[in-house]
Amino acid sequence: MQQLLNTALGGLTLGMVYAAFALALVLIFRSTRIVNFAQAPMAMVTTFIALTLIDAGYSYWIGFAAALLAGLVLGAVVERVLIRPVEDKPEINAVILTLGLFIVLHALAAVVFGNAYRSFPAPFGIRGFEVGGSTIALTGFGVFTIGAVVVVMALLVALFRFTDVGLRMRAAAYNQEVARLLGVRVGRMLTLGWALAALVGSLAGILIAGGSLVHPGYMDSVVVYGFVAAVLGGLESPIGAVVGGLTLGVSLSFVSGYVGSELVALAALGILMLVLTLRPGGLFSQAAERRV
Amino acid sequence: MPAKLQRLWRDSVLGRHVLVALVGLLVVLLLLETVNDFRAIQLSSMAYLGIAAGGLTILTGLNGQISLGHGALMAIGAYTAALMLPDRDASTPLPLVVLVSVLVTLAVGTAVGAAAARLHGPYLAGATLALAVAVPGIALYFGETLGGEQGLRVSMPDVPVWALDAEYLLTGTEMTRSGWVALMAWTTLAVTYVLLANLSRGRVGRRWRAVRDGEVSAELAGIRLGRSRVSAFMVSAAAAGAAGAMLAFTVRLAAPSGFTLTLSLTLLTAVVLGGLGSLGGALVGAALLTFLPPFVTSVGSDAGLSDLRAAELAPLVYGLVMIAVILLAPAGIAGSFRAWRIRRQARVAVAPAPVAASATGTTGTPDSPTRSTVPTSSKGTPT
Amino acid sequence: MLTLHELSTSYGPVKALQQVSFTAREGEITAVLGANGAGKTTLLRTVSGLQRADSGTIELEGRRLGKVAADRMPGLGMAHVPEGRGVITELTIEENLRLGGLGRGRRVQPADLDRVYDLFAILGDRRAALAHTLSGGERQMLVIGRALMAGPRMLLLDEPSLGLAPRIVAQIFDLLRGLVQSDGLSVLLVEQNARSALSVADHGVVLNLGRVVADDDAATLAADDQLRHAYLGF
Repeated sequence: MQQLLNTALGGLTLGMVYAAFALALVLIFRSTRIVNFAQAPMAMVTTFIALTLIDAGYSYWIGFAAALLAGLVLGAVVERVLIRPVEDKPEINAVILTLGLFIVLHALAAVVFGNAYRSFPAPFGIRGFEVGGSTIALTGFGVFTIGAVVVVMALLVALFRFTDVGLRMRAAAYNQEVARLLGVRVGRMLTLGWALAALVGSLAGILIAGGSLVHPGYMDSVVVYGFVAAVLGGLESPIGAVVGGLTLGVSLSFVSGYVGSELVALAALGILMLVLTLRPGGLFSQAAERRV
Repeated sequence: MPAKLQRLWRDSVLGRHVLVALVGLLVVLLLLETVNDFRAIQLSSMAYLGIAAGGLTILTGLNGQISLGHGALMAIGAYTAALMLPDRDASTPLPLVVLVSVLVTLAVGTAVGAAAARLHGPYLAGATLALAVAVPGIALYFGETLGGEQGLRVSMPDVPVWALDAEYLLTGTEMTRSGWVALMAWTTLAVTYVLLANLSRGRVGRRWRAVRDGEVSAELAGIRLGRSRVSAFMVSAAAAGAAGAMLAFTVRLAAPSGFTLTLSLTLLTAVVLGGLGSLGGALVGAALLTFLPPFVTSVGSDAGLSDLRAAELAPLVYGLVMIAVILLAPAGIAGSFRAWRIRRQARVAVAPAPVAASATGTTGTPDSPTRSTVPTSSKGTPT
Repeated sequence: MLTLHELSTSYGPVKALQQVSFTAREGEITAVLGANGAGKTTLLRTVSGLQRADSGTIELEGRRLGKVAADRMPGLGMAHVPEGRGVITELTIEENLRLGGLGRGRRVQPADLDRVYDLFAILGDRRAALAHTLSGGERQMLVIGRALMAGPRMLLLDEPSLGLAPRIVAQIFDLLRGLVQSDGLSVLLVEQNARSALSVADHGVVLNLGRVVADDDAATLAADDQLRHAYLGF
């Protein structure tokens, strides 16, 4: 019973991070029809930037802020330099570009930061809380992780729901031509969308690194889980991405706890295949079959 | 006789492909005579990368889909081959090993691809990425059978006596084991490419292209989109299986570290570099994947990087080149070269330089336009 | 108000507009008529900058629009209601309207919203509903209301009657007439439904295969039997 509870708690914390990463993928997908697989190495690079600062003696929070800021800038630059030139070309061009970026960032990080595993600090305890004499799988850092993701999501919701910029961004995402006719500078909105998505991705990257080990490939599996979570939620719905992330986090936590941590990625693949077979439009879709 | 040959060349697509393949094989055979063991192994690597890239270029170039898991599919093929060749005495015939590797990879590829490739969108890319990340874990979890981190050794049987005899008869030299493996790998490449080229020229290939170019019109033409996409992925996965078996023969080891996500992504580089959809381009890309890393790595080492870091320079170059190709020359190296040649021929045909024409007599100029029409007419003939 | 001079546009090798010239006068409804494929929608798309012209000029209130991007048009006092309604169905009714108001380049005033809700009471009743819940006629009202939010002096309307019941079409055209009279709005109305369009318009331009074949008062065009039979189908 206690293991069951702990597995679920651990899964919930991880699920929050997957939800954030899925959200980053969805933000870009719904406006540009591209799943930015390079989100993983982008978050890895920003986390390494934070680690470099922390190792140089700055506080965790300086590193944390630098990672998010670096994500924001990196996202905007990637959109402007790589994606904008192929905007009118078939999607496959942009997808290949993001994969090229994937390889480049991976290799660059290995050259600059080294290929070894390095430990990343956590600002809060990574030992479970004591409740009634037994330790539960919720840590101080876990609480921070959940809190940080919730805060960022709330800010995003506020931005999209209650501000003019948010309204313009949504209009640009849903219907570029109509948005343009209504005076929305669609190009700027896309850049902003990429920047925000990369910020959220960086948040996921630094949260999953906390109290753990990082190396150039440490985000590769997270992008898979983020993608599966996004597909669970229908790929276009931010709320779906969050629910998908939490569902996947808990499911994978049980696979890891009861079967074996080596098979977590395989389980994610299995879940993906199941969803695509039964409900390709996501868990909440009305129609069984969807055509993009 | 030359006229008859010419007609054969024009009318028989299969004949033409087989002929090209045989000539290519002969070149490789002659090349193998002159190189040492190290180069022979490199040539084998080029062959298995070429096989996998060939399969991928069919999927990406002709059908417009992306697989990020061809490295993982190669792993399935390699592990299958390794399991079938546990020791010297296993004496499983190698063609059977290759066949089973292809079939097992095909089965896994179909299981993963059927649900994802059926749908338009990023699903296949995502599912194959998941496969690429999942496969090393499988090898670790089933460590008892799959050898865990260490991987499985592949015990290659000796070079058969008939091959040794034939080699000695033809060239008067002994065939080394590496040479034998290279020859097998290139033969497999030749067979794979002939099959792929025929498929892509025929009805199936036209359907794949139709789906890539326009879903609505393809559907109106009676093509089942899902089935066509899944079939393209299956063919491409089968090629990856053959490539995996050849990798096992060459490296004589199937271990998780050999099948990283980077392998899957660099295969895509080969395809993009060569120009999407061109088998010749895929082979050029495979050559770059084989011969560039040692060069780049040594440059890095000379510049003072540690070996581990210098080894990352090659993927860095691939990635940068891949980005540059898409931004600057989306047709890839082979495609850009073809376009350049056609442009040049068109220029020559339109405005033959009078000096050159008089200097070379009448043969030079009239030849060019006829040559440039060959590709167009051959495209129309196969039915 | 809006003057086109020898405007030509093409889709690759296909010429969509050839040397089109006419003027839409201030405070008038100018109807652009013609069969399917005559180039009517292309004309509007070129005017609003969604499509590049090969040659020729477009002037809005004396200002050349040649290189002005589509997203600058609301700022210049022009609103384009595209064919097929162009409602952003994922947004609510009020969000659609607010979006229209943002095109003016300043904060949306409650008074602007109230004005549209006064014109279209049905929108006011359901302001928080997602736009995809609206019927065809209601969507047409929403896009017109949304265009008005930017306070345009020139309104480009593409096939507002498409797929709507005659009663709704009459209602919408009445409203247009009213806006022209009360606000001095100028309208360029593209219509396949020539009979209704000429009944509301002051002026008419008939396109055939990308060329202007007639340009006259609405009443004159409606009375020209030959023209009506040849190009307008009524």
